Amino acid sequence: MSVVAEPAHEPAHDAEPEAELEARFQSVIARKDRIEPRDWMPDAYRRTLVRQVAQHAHSEIIGMQPEGSWISRAPSLRRKAILLAKVQDEAGHGLYLYSAAETLGVSRQELTEMLISGRQKYSSIFNYPTLSYADMGTIGWLVDGAAICNQVPLCRTSFGPYGRAMIRICKEESFHQRQGYELLATMMRGTDEQRAMVQESVDRFWWPSLMMFGPPDDASPNTAQSMAWGVKTHTNDELRQRFVDMTVPQAAALGVTLPDPDLVWNEQRGAHDFGQPDWDELWAVVKGNGPCNAQRVAHRKRAWDDGAWVREAALAFANGPGTGSDFGTGTGTGTGTGTDNDGTETA
Amino acid sequence: MTGQISGEWPLYEVFVRGKRGLNHVHVGSLHAPDDQLALRHARDVYTRRNEGVSIWVVRSSAITASSPDEKDPLFAPSGDKVYRHPTFYDIPADVPHM
Repeated sequence: MSVVAEPAHEPAHDAEPEAELEARFQSVIARKDRIEPRDWMPDAYRRTLVRQVAQHAHSEIIGMQPEGSWISRAPSLRRKAILLAKVQDEAGHGLYLYSAAETLGVSRQELTEMLISGRQKYSSIFNYPTLSYADMGTIGWLVDGAAICNQVPLCRTSFGPYGRAMIRICKEESFHQRQGYELLATMMRGTDEQRAMVQESVDRFWWPSLMMFGPPDDASPNTAQSMAWGVKTHTNDELRQRFVDMTVPQAAALGVTLPDPDLVWNEQRGAHDFGQPDWDELWAVVKGNGPCNAQRVAHRKRAWDDGAWVREAALAFANGPGTGSDFGTGTGTGTGTGTDNDGTETA
Repeated sequence: MTGQISGEWPLYEVFVRGKRGLNHVHVGSLHAPDDQLALRHARDVYTRRNEGVSIWVVRSSAITASSPDEKDPLFAPSGDKVYRHPTFYDIPADVPHM
């Protein structure tokens, strides 16, 4: 932006409103108020939100796979009903978030295609395999626990539709964490073999759960701008610390050991010190080299391709003869008299 | 009256966003001859005391609604799924932050 005063003729005429719009946008952010879809917003803000909300939506959708594969092998009808309900919720959460992303001017189809082609990412945690039923508990406790830590502050994010989606999701997420913890607690009251399964599962998921908060603050170039825009309200390291502090007493009550020799209460800080995850591993998984990346995306692509005829058939049916296509136009802009449609209400 | 407008004006449903960050919420309905006037009337009828920052109006005829008569079959599937609620799970009182 120029600091030189522009003469008040045509080029400046274009620039003026933009500066005003920018100022209004900034004042909404400064008041910690919400930006709504019809508001003007900087392109970079829009791009950041599309990226973040889409990534979040994709995570919910891909996140159905690690758990979905265990539905047919649930150990009881009770556990099966619970797992079904949880995976169903994740589908719902994905849809809430896709809808929020669509208010930014991107279509559902584009988003799905960007996921399948690898141009948009999803949380790296879902690229790890689920090897035992204990993982259904660990995912609920640790993975959903970490997600809750991330999502609760996002209820107050600056983009209205995203915040409202997060409020609905957080309400439902509590069930996810509690069923996971209850599952693990039940196994811990079981046999030695079951206790060993829980510990083994926690050992595998602990570090990837810490990675869910993203790279350390000094390696997270987008954080400062996201916080300035009110998109994020806490840094990755702040949220990771909060998660560790919340989880340690839960682990103690459960009777499992968190696999970190450096994990210790720091009296001075009033918080736990803990070791760093293997960040090279995180970057490798993000770049597509995790244990299940190819499998997860291939599965999603197969579902998308196999569903093409259903989408086409539904569209053909909706556009077919005798379905009222004669009043499918003219309701959009409403600048006409509008009286041509009156008398159609029977209520 | 000259009878220029035959019959009733169409019915519109009105949704108001109380403030930024909140959902639009249905507040009522009104009759108007077209979309623009529906908006104008909605402002006058429903937001005379700063009740909102944004209004949506939509023709009532454009809304597809479940009817009260369908209540049972429509919502029955969620009726017996108590395990969808966090309170279904017993967590010991000494486990914090859950």
